Amino acid sequence: MSTVQVRVPTILRTYTGGEADVTVSVGDDATLGDVVRELDASFPGIGPRVLDDAGKLRRFVNVYVDDDDVRFADGLGTKTPDGAKVSIIPAVAGG
Amino acid sequence: MSTTTPDLGYATHLSCRECGAVTELGPFYACLECFGPLEVAYDYPGVTRKQIEAGPPSIWRYRELLPVPADVQARPNTDPGYTRLIRADNLARELGVKTLWIKDDSANPTHSFKDRVVAVALAAARELGFTVLACPSTGNLANAVAAAAARAGIGAYVLIPDDLEQPKIVTSAVYGPTLVAVEGTYDDVNRLASELAGQHEDWAFVNVNVRPYYAEGSKTLGFEVAEQLGWRLPEQVVIPVASGAQLVKVDKAFGEFTKLGLADGGEPRIFGAQATGCAPVSAAFRDGLEVVAPVRPNTIAKSLAIGNPADGPYVLDVVRRTGGAVADVTDEEIVAGIRQLARTEGIFAETAGGVTVAVLAKLLRDGVLDPAAETVIFNTGDGLKTLDAVAGVVGPVGTIRPTTDAFAELIDGGIS
Repeated sequence: MSTVQVRVPTILRTYTGGEADVTVSVGDDATLGDVVRELDASFPGIGPRVLDDAGKLRRFVNVYVDDDDVRFADGLGTKTPDGAKVSIIPAVAGG
Repeated sequence: MSTTTPDLGYATHLSCRECGAVTELGPFYACLECFGPLEVAYDYPGVTRKQIEAGPPSIWRYRELLPVPADVQARPNTDPGYTRLIRADNLARELGVKTLWIKDDSANPTHSFKDRVVAVALAAARELGFTVLACPSTGNLANAVAAAAARAGIGAYVLIPDDLEQPKIVTSAVYGPTLVAVEGTYDDVNRLASELAGQHEDWAFVNVNVRPYYAEGSKTLGFEVAEQLGWRLPEQVVIPVASGAQLVKVDKAFGEFTKLGLADGGEPRIFGAQATGCAPVSAAFRDGLEVVAPVRPNTIAKSLAIGNPADGPYVLDVVRRTGGAVADVTDEEIVAGIRQLARTEGIFAETAGGVTVAVLAKLLRDGVLDPAAETVIFNTGDGLKTLDAVAGVVGPVGTIRPTTDAFAELIDGGIS
């Protein structure tokens, strides 16, 4: 088993009892998809906020595994090794 | 945070642009249902041309159409806007377009269009109970936030990428904010700001947690163009695209003026301009996609170097709906664009303006823009902020001793 830390954005903290940082336990070869599934098991309802009906990352969610935007990696297939830090952030930008 | 109802003028609520879910007015920016961006919705009164014309020479002449209180002018702010719209006949002649105007937003208090959005953000942030102004920025926004916070007498935290142009660092730092250089690109800085916004609830990150209000400020560019053309909409406009918010809001402005019966003319065709070194929206347009794949920016147009543009999908919607396009130009073309605008019209634009002029030229060359149609382009920032872009390619023709002979030798090749 490995432990992954997840940073939860303000708008999802109603699911985590106000916690900004939570940890989930996943298998050794886990991916981001596994982390989201485990997150939803611990905090029911959080999964569908992050994933759309087709099970893909929502268009306006940015997810980082450590320092990498998963859209530059393998999306939900991005590996999340033991100790990885996952950050979920609403997509906003403007110079 | 304030517990009283904020006075945000005729704004009534926030609605999600993706799923339409409604949220009350407040410091919210992402839809609770789907993470989609929130948009300010209004219940406007009737607004007349006379009323607007009697207003101050700033964006506050359009205050009924912004999420700000009626007495917005009574509190210290930068009061930007009502910048000049210049008829550009010399540039038009060179490019072969009949009627060309330049909306020159370098004339704002900190020399870019960002003063517009920040002024609205500051006014809304006060109503929402925030006590500090903050932002991640590619430079222009940093200038605007630092200056507005100074005027308002409140603290400012400004985060910039550590490779930013030196003039933009100095022109932010001078206003006395807490200025922090962050290792990485703008997208890295933006991510940090989003995380900090979740930790500091009394900080108004203007383009993050007060973004719905902030972005409304860009509508004033569209309002002014229509008013300055004599209450008429142009036929086509070319607008630089970074996050894409400005282009989308100018389109919204044209629509609101039409709906309120304030401007004549059909729907303008809207064109977006990007630098090839950071052209995710242009690439999506070219490939016929509805989503924008993020890129890692590498261009001299740093104020447009947003690799993951939040409003990109909406830019695609607007340009496709209006019959416009998005195109991109190389760094060499950007430099040429800056020089051409300065040489023909006496306007020194920052790199984003060079992008816009070069895209205008390219789209005319390619037959995408109609040369017979009245065209407006936006210069969103001052060239003094990005001197490095042209410092190596312009300069004196020579250095001489202070004598008429030396002058004659240099200028006339010795024939006097």
